[in-house]
Formats: sequence, structure tokens, C-alpha cells
Amino acid sequence: MLSGLGLKPEHHEAALACATEGMWFEVHAENYLVAGGPRLRGLEAIRAVHPLSLHGVSLSLAGDAPLDTAHLKRLSALVRRVEPGLVSEHLAWSAWCGINVPDLLPFPRSNEALRRIVSNIDQTQSALGRRVAIENPSHYLRIDGHAWDEIGFLKELVRRTGCGLLLDVNNVYVSSRNLGFDAATYLDAFPGESVVEIHLAGHTADPALGESLLIDSHDAPIAPVVWGLYRRLVERIGVRPTLIERDGNVPAFDELLGECQLATTELRRVGELSAQPS
Amino acid sequence: MSASLAGFQSDFVKSLFDRDAKSELTIQPAFAVYRNTVMSACVDALQANFPSVARLVGVDWFRAAAATHVRVQPPRDGRLLMYGETFADFLAGFAPARDLRYLPGVARLDRLWIEAHTAADAIVVDSGWLASLSPEQLGAVRLRPHPAARWCLFDDLPIYSIWGANRVGIDTTEETVWQGEGALLTRPFDAVGWQALDPSGGAFLDACAEGRSLAEAAGAALNVHPDFDIADLLSRLLCAGALTRPTPNEESPA
Repeated sequence: MLSGLGLKPEHHEAALACATEGMWFEVHAENYLVAGGPRLRGLEAIRAVHPLSLHGVSLSLAGDAPLDTAHLKRLSALVRRVEPGLVSEHLAWSAWCGINVPDLLPFPRSNEALRRIVSNIDQTQSALGRRVAIENPSHYLRIDGHAWDEIGFLKELVRRTGCGLLLDVNNVYVSSRNLGFDAATYLDAFPGESVVEIHLAGHTADPALGESLLIDSHDAPIAPVVWGLYRRLVERIGVRPTLIERDGNVPAFDELLGECQLATTELRRVGELSAQPS
Repeated sequence: MSASLAGFQSDFVKSLFDRDAKSELTIQPAFAVYRNTVMSACVDALQANFPSVARLVGVDWFRAAAATHVRVQPPRDGRLLMYGETFADFLAGFAPARDLRYLPGVARLDRLWIEAHTAADAIVVDSGWLASLSPEQLGAVRLRPHPAARWCLFDDLPIYSIWGANRVGIDTTEETVWQGEGALLTRPFDAVGWQALDPSGGAFLDACAEGRSLAEAAGAALNVHPDFDIADLLSRLLCAGALTRPTPNEESPA
């Protein structure tokens, strides 16, 4: 698995026919948590020719509540059905008192939150019978009550649950601009050995507040500054499956494939560097 | 702001849907990012799930009505594909839609389309198997509605005609007769199909869903309409893939 693409319904045929070496596809698991029908058949057709990654967006691992067991059961059935190469979720919450908010919400990284998330990741990994990767979300708000910085928190989750990490470089950049920290310093401190997947996406400036607030919008090409951070990251940690995410203003398949090729070029270069005898 | 994780999350969710809520978080301009993302994702989902309603009322009206619905009934499932289970009921009580009496029914059929689209797969009954049964076996067989079959009868409005036209992006014609109609949606394989269903057909399918025998289901249909034609209905239901075989222990009628 080199670089992959988020699968859009309008690209289904092109994805089936795509013969690029190392190509793989990622889907939001929620769109396929159904009892039957054409969605599942379409996903199985993709899975028959490409490796697949299931990316969950609504498990609410950071919610201070037990996980939705019906949801976990459906996810578990989908994992058994399509045998994905990667399964991931977010360091965020979205479900509360019966309401499911379609967003990835922030929380104070307290010891209480750590215990809850450890328990929820344990429950998830045991239900799915496999390791999952946890993604760093985009941040917009200053929140009081953090006992841990994000990297320390993620490392502790890895130590206690054995989970992997999904590092979204665009999320790091967007958060660094919104909260005022240095993205390169953050990436340099990230535990590379735990990273099982990388995400790359485009962002936009907030329509009202402009460049002072960046939105993780997934509706534009990946920014040059994010490519620069990606290069720096993979030079340090080595080759990792890298996903190009695009959810809005979706261009032709070949245009996204072009971004994929850029990532693959970086990965091959890094792979050759590390293969050379020192 | 409460110190506990639970308190933080309660306040956060309340502030997302209540635009007047004030706290240390909501006074930050960035809180609007969460409010906007959540609202637009919910409204987008309703627009995708109720395309016939959106076509009838126009996008601006639809999105305004949908936003009102989101505040009253936010999603209760992480799958936005399933969002809108109470949208038809909401429209029935939504004052600005009072003159559009057909709107809740059209929403109900959009909802049934989603249910048919995502339901479990099953093998449909084929006419060859039915024909191989003796007359006694045929009367006693308990056919089940296919898991993806959905049907609904509307007393006094041509909901099926209005919905069917708008679902495929055309306007209803002047020939539409302003009377009650029923609809049957089926998905024997990949594509959801639909056809009109009369009250006797509805009674027949209701009886099958209750686990009654073919003879009993035909009786229920005859009660609704004495001229009910079982051969015609069965052939249409088989063609549409609306029926599945009974479970194995029911397959050999005594």
C-alpha cells in the first residue's frame, strides 16, 4: 500500500479499473453499515481488486459514555465482510445522550478522558478482533482543562491499548495555525513507529474570519505547505500508506490520481534512501 | 464550564443547537465552525435523503425547513444515510407546509426508498417454484415480503403519482387524478423499483407480513375488494421481486 484515495461514488468505475501499483481506497465505514444492497456489493467489488481501508467517523471514542454496541456490531460485521487492510477512528467524540452530531468534537485531554478512551479503544479492538488506528483531529477552539498535550496523550493511548496512530498532516497544519503552535515541531515529536497511515487533504480559510481561522474542508488540492510538512515527516519516519482525502469540489478521478502520484513519488524516494547501505 | 468530561460534553451539545447559548467556548468565533459544520452536514443529509420533497418545494424552502427539523430532531444515528426517520411527521405538523397536504406522504415514500435501498438481501420467490406446489400446498404456503419490499397506502391524495414523477425529475401532469393511491417499492437486487398498489394489494402484503398463509392473505384482499384478482396480483408481486420464500421449517405445508 503506497498512496490511496478516498473513494467517491462518482469514481466507482474508474476506481475499479485503476491499475496503478500500490493503489488502495478508503471509505467512511458509516456509508456501508447497512444490511444489504448495492452499497455493499459495490464495496466488495472494489475490495476484490484493491486493498481497502475503513475509516470510522461516528464511534465517539472520546464520548464519556459506553460505545453504541449496535454500531460496533455493524462495524464488526463490515470488517469481517471486506477484511480491510486498515481500520481507523478519531480522537474525538460525536455521540451524546442519544444525539449523534456529524462532526469530530474536541474535549479536555484530562486523566478522566484518558481512562474513558482507553476503555473505548479496548472495547473496539476486542469487538473487531484487530488493532485500530486513532487519528489526530483538526482543532479550532482553545479549551481549558488539558492535563496532557496531544502527542503525550496519543502515546499513552498506544502504550495502554496497543492501538496504532493515523497522522493527518493537514489537521496538524490547520490546528497549528488556529491554536498557534509550530507544525514542524509537532510532527518531529510524533511517535513515528506507531504511525500506520498518513492523511493528506486540502483546507480553506474561514469565509468570515479569513486566514486567522483555517478550516479542514477537504474541498481543495493539498496546500504546498502541507506537502512540505509531509516530505519532512516521511523522510524521518519512512514509508507509510498515505491517503489523499477529497470530499467537496470533487474533481475528475485522474486529477486526484495526480495528487496520489505526488505522494507515491515521495514515498519511493524515501524508500530508496532507506534501502541504501549506510 | 463544568470540569467533568460529561459536563463539558452536555454543555457543548446544547450550545451546538442553541444559537443563543453563551459560554467560554461559544464566545470564541471558532465555535461557529462546529455549529456551521454540524448544521450543514445535517441539512445536506436531509436534502440527499428526501430528493422528491426538495424538488417539489425548491432548495431554499427545503433547506430552511430542514434546518428547523435539525434543531428539533438532530440525528440519533451515526449513519447520516439513515437520517430523517421522523421528517415526514415533522412536515405534517410544520405550519408553512400546511397548504402542501401531499408533502408528508411524499417524504414518507422518499424514506421508504432509503429503507428499500439499504435492507437485507434475500432470494425472491420464482414462479416456477410456486407452480410446482399442489393446490393444497399453494393455499397453505406462507410467503414473506422480501426484506427490501415497502408499501404504503394514502387515503385521499395521489401521493404515488406526485412522488414517482418528482423522484425521476419530472412534473406531474394535469391528468393526475386527485384521489387516494398506494405505492409498492421493491429492490430484488441493486436498483429500487416502484409501482402503484391498490388497497387489496396492501391488505395482501400486510397479511403476508403477519405470517399468514396465501389463502388467508387472499381472503384479506378479497375483504377489501370483492373483485380482487389473486393471479394478477401474484404475477405483479413476483415480477417486482416483492416476495421471498418462507423459512425452511415452514416450507413443507402439512
